[in-house]
Amino acid sequence: MFCNNRVAKCCDRQKTLNPFVSTLFSDEGSNFQDILLEITGQKTVPNVFVNKTHVGGCDKTLQAHKDGMLQKLLEGSNETYEYDLIVIGGGSGGLACSKEAATLGKKVLVLDYVVPTPKGTTWGLGGTCVNVGCIPKKLMHQAALLGTALKDSRNFGWEYEEKVKHNWQTMIESISNYIGSLNWGYRVELRDKNVTYMNSYAEFVEPHKIKATNKRGKETFHTAAKFVLATGERPRYLGIPGDKEYCITSDDLFSLPYCPGKTLVIGASYVALECAGFLAGIGLDVTVMVRSILLRGFDQEMAERAGTYMKDHGVKFMRPFVPTKIEQLEEGTPGKLKVTAKSTESGEMIEGEYNTVLIAVGRDACTGKIGLDKVGVEINEKNGKVPVNDEEQTNVPYIYAIGDILEGKWELTPVAIQAGKLLARRLFDGSSLKCDYVNVPTTVFTPLEYGCCGLSEEKAIELYGEENIEVYHSLFWPLECTVPSRDNNKCYSKIVCNKLDNERVVGFHYLGPNAGEVTQGFGVAIKCGLTKELLDNTTGIHPTCAEVFTTLGITKRSGADITQKGC
Amino acid sequence: MAALCKWRHRLKPAGFFQNAVRRQLSDNYDYDLLVIGGGSGGLACSKEAAQFGKKVAVLDYVESSPKGTKWGLGGTCVNVGCIPKKLMHQAALLGGAVKDAQKYGWRIPSPITHDWLTMAPAVQDYIRSLNWGHRVQLQDKKVKYLNLKGSLMDGHTVKAVSKTGKESVLTAGNIVIATGGRPKYPTHIPGSLEYGISSDDIFWLKESPGKTLVVGASYIALECAGFLTGIGLDASVMVRSIPLRGFDQQIACLVTDYMGSYGTKFHWKCSPSKVEKLETGRLLVSWTDLDSGKEDQDTFDTVLWAVGRAPETRALNLEKVGVKMNRETGKVCVSADEATSVPHIYAIGDIADGRPELTPTAIQAGKLLARRLFGKSSELMDYDCVPTTVFTPLEYGSVGLSEEEAVRRHGEDGIEVFHAFYKPLEFTVAERDASHCYIKMVCLREGARRILGFHFTGPNAGEVTQGFALAIKCGATYTQLMATVGIHPTSAEEIIKLHITKRSGLDPTVTGC
Repeated sequence: MFCNNRVAKCCDRQKTLNPFVSTLFSDEGSNFQDILLEITGQKTVPNVFVNKTHVGGCDKTLQAHKDGMLQKLLEGSNETYEYDLIVIGGGSGGLACSKEAATLGKKVLVLDYVVPTPKGTTWGLGGTCVNVGCIPKKLMHQAALLGTALKDSRNFGWEYEEKVKHNWQTMIESISNYIGSLNWGYRVELRDKNVTYMNSYAEFVEPHKIKATNKRGKETFHTAAKFVLATGERPRYLGIPGDKEYCITSDDLFSLPYCPGKTLVIGASYVALECAGFLAGIGLDVTVMVRSILLRGFDQEMAERAGTYMKDHGVKFMRPFVPTKIEQLEEGTPGKLKVTAKSTESGEMIEGEYNTVLIAVGRDACTGKIGLDKVGVEINEKNGKVPVNDEEQTNVPYIYAIGDILEGKWELTPVAIQAGKLLARRLFDGSSLKCDYVNVPTTVFTPLEYGCCGLSEEKAIELYGEENIEVYHSLFWPLECTVPSRDNNKCYSKIVCNKLDNERVVGFHYLGPNAGEVTQGFGVAIKCGLTKELLDNTTGIHPTCAEVFTTLGITKRSGADITQKGC
Repeated sequence: MAALCKWRHRLKPAGFFQNAVRRQLSDNYDYDLLVIGGGSGGLACSKEAAQFGKKVAVLDYVESSPKGTKWGLGGTCVNVGCIPKKLMHQAALLGGAVKDAQKYGWRIPSPITHDWLTMAPAVQDYIRSLNWGHRVQLQDKKVKYLNLKGSLMDGHTVKAVSKTGKESVLTAGNIVIATGGRPKYPTHIPGSLEYGISSDDIFWLKESPGKTLVVGASYIALECAGFLTGIGLDASVMVRSIPLRGFDQQIACLVTDYMGSYGTKFHWKCSPSKVEKLETGRLLVSWTDLDSGKEDQDTFDTVLWAVGRAPETRALNLEKVGVKMNRETGKVCVSADEATSVPHIYAIGDIADGRPELTPTAIQAGKLLARRLFGKSSELMDYDCVPTTVFTPLEYGSVGLSEEEAVRRHGEDGIEVFHAFYKPLEFTVAERDASHCYIKMVCLREGARRILGFHFTGPNAGEVTQGFALAIKCGATYTQLMATVGIHPTSAEEIIKLHITKRSGLDPTVTGC
């Protein structure tokens, strides 16, 4: 602790904490203070450090005392462990957390091990997003969009031979190359930031201690003061005959060495619809088998509109059906499978033949086999998810969890990254900033993309009551679609406002091209307290799709016509 | 007056009694509102006024360009501006998509060529459908559309001249001038008017412009040169001083560099001196290099002047009735409520002095004006923080202050600039060069660091910028920006990840994802 003479005397009386006090006298004080300013950004005294971690001045220290941070910082020093932090799982969240902790001068180990899928697929460092999630799916979605662009291009004057075909191998190869470069990039980054990386499977064996098993079965043991669980999730199987033997999941699809051919996608999660969408977009025969609703948890009007668009563009839907049995008719790449399914309404049984069956019925947290029982971390028995407090702390104080395994939180890369970074800063930098899980913007990359932020219409009605919300909406026709004369008034925009709070925008929904790009800025605006009035007062950018939100004039209540004419 | 009566009679057969009643209701004027100019602003204003049950007429008359190009109702944006330019920009983007698609597994047999005669009529057909749509909308909303050329006689009276020269006189309680602007020609350059074209013609050309010289460095110049290059034509831009005047100059350079790397040729610091027509029909353009004084020349198929726009005030007789004008700009002086110096005469859109020349501002200003005139509203148009996007091959979206302007207002030490060079995910597999994709956020340096200016170059810049414009309108700060979760994987998420300050001198290149 650096302080002036007067404060030093006070400290003498406060023997409980027994701090190291360096008193700055007037002659050399200013020198010291300049150095302190450089190190901590704070020139004033007292300036408090605990175990080399900068806490701050008087107010910050009192705050840290109040919220228990000071106690935590003081406790950390008692035992000696091999690492300050061990992160289990090298996905988006785990990597962000470990790099941030290392940047703060901590000794960090990150363990990442990909258990092969039943089909034998495996991948490199970076977790779901990079290898079998956001990145490859958006690139394949882009391949599908380019298919539409090719069709459009003829209307815009481009000429080339009629015969255009898509080659699966070319696409997979270029996407794999890119992912490989990302895997490598992560390795390099970890090395640059002095994070120790082990390609081993981690399991708790006793408090503060894990066993790491590598590919060849070699075991090592490591201890740390703190742990972060960031093991993520893996696709769920159905538990019906033939599912693991013959079906694939999104874990396999993105590196499938052969074109999947005629495909059945089982499920209606965003993963299911995105995969079905881009497979159809590159010219495959695709069917989606849906048990009940599309995109559970999302605004259902939007979900149905996104689904209808897919149907209009050649994706077949089987609703409401569940598969009961998968049989192999022919081996091969792809082979031929017979799927038996049952209607959940009539009980009717149907059969169909497909080259590939992709299961996308949900994901399970990878928390069952990492020895959490050994250290007493509670998990939700039903889904394996980990309950945490608002600081991502589990019931075991030195073990934290981030990312997809959290109970009741968003399964999104940027959320995991933000949570991981902020957690590291709270653990090792005396920060108190928590991850905000409210009003998280997100986008589903279905053929017609769906971006949203805040509440669904259903949820808003549930929270505020139908009479207290006002929904403004409009169909629109992107300018780019006019010349190829496609998809007239298929795109849709909707905002949900809380009438009790100055028509504050509590839900933002956009179905159209470039939904992610459109939604991001609105996400910031909602964070800043966007109201309908502010929307109306903002000038549009012409001609764009996003400008539709600046001219929303029709309420859903009115039932008025929302097709867009002219511009 | 005889002419007027006859005119009325022909338009709408009405009995004497009805006429008398109507006159009484409307303060003895033919109309409650007369709008001169059927562009974005004029149409919006007239339709809004009609919603209040007012009697409204719009006069729209397109004077042919020197090349003889004419078009229908809707003004610049629809006919010779935003709409055709973005569609032709889209055609150019699709050319890029065809190339990208091959990297994404699409097998496309060579050769790949572009045909102007497919694109241009498709664009024109769409424009005509919009012209028609506007006609229908006016009719639906009971706005009288008159394809006549209007000029002021006094504060309430307009003289209207038809195509055939027939004159009539119309009176109105209020008059809104919304005649917009038209491209300027550098008439001091021999051959400019005879052989050159402008943006009024380019979208309506009956054949490909071929090898084109675009003179000027306004956004119109760069957008046109950009899409011409994109559809495979040989396009050059001749710039006298700086590109995209008024925009952030660092970004302007990125935009032109990108164009250069995709094949647009630039003649910097050059000024054309004459245009001659050769026997072959091609155009020989001579120019002076302003630095060296050296003369140079080359032949082109088309010379496109994009050296600025002049307000369309010539025929309006404005000064005669006492409407104050800005001598320098030639535009109509307006107050915050769009009123001119003459009571009951208002001006909106490109013709109003000091207003941004943008469709959405004209529309909004027109609507709000109608509401103030007839709807008991007092809400004024807010011209602050108007977002805009330049549809150059590398699109550029911006809102708020340029870095230069922020420095001028707040001082170098008063602002913090966050920036990043990023790579759109789509560029990776397509193996496209992303070295011009850039984001810049200009913030106040003190406190929570309120955002003053936002600048984004890259794909879909308009879509990206709109939401951030809103956020800035909400008073967004850098801190709030950082507290927002990104949408992965998008280009826009790089904005909320900005963390390198220009002051730090650190490498702003985004790595990893």
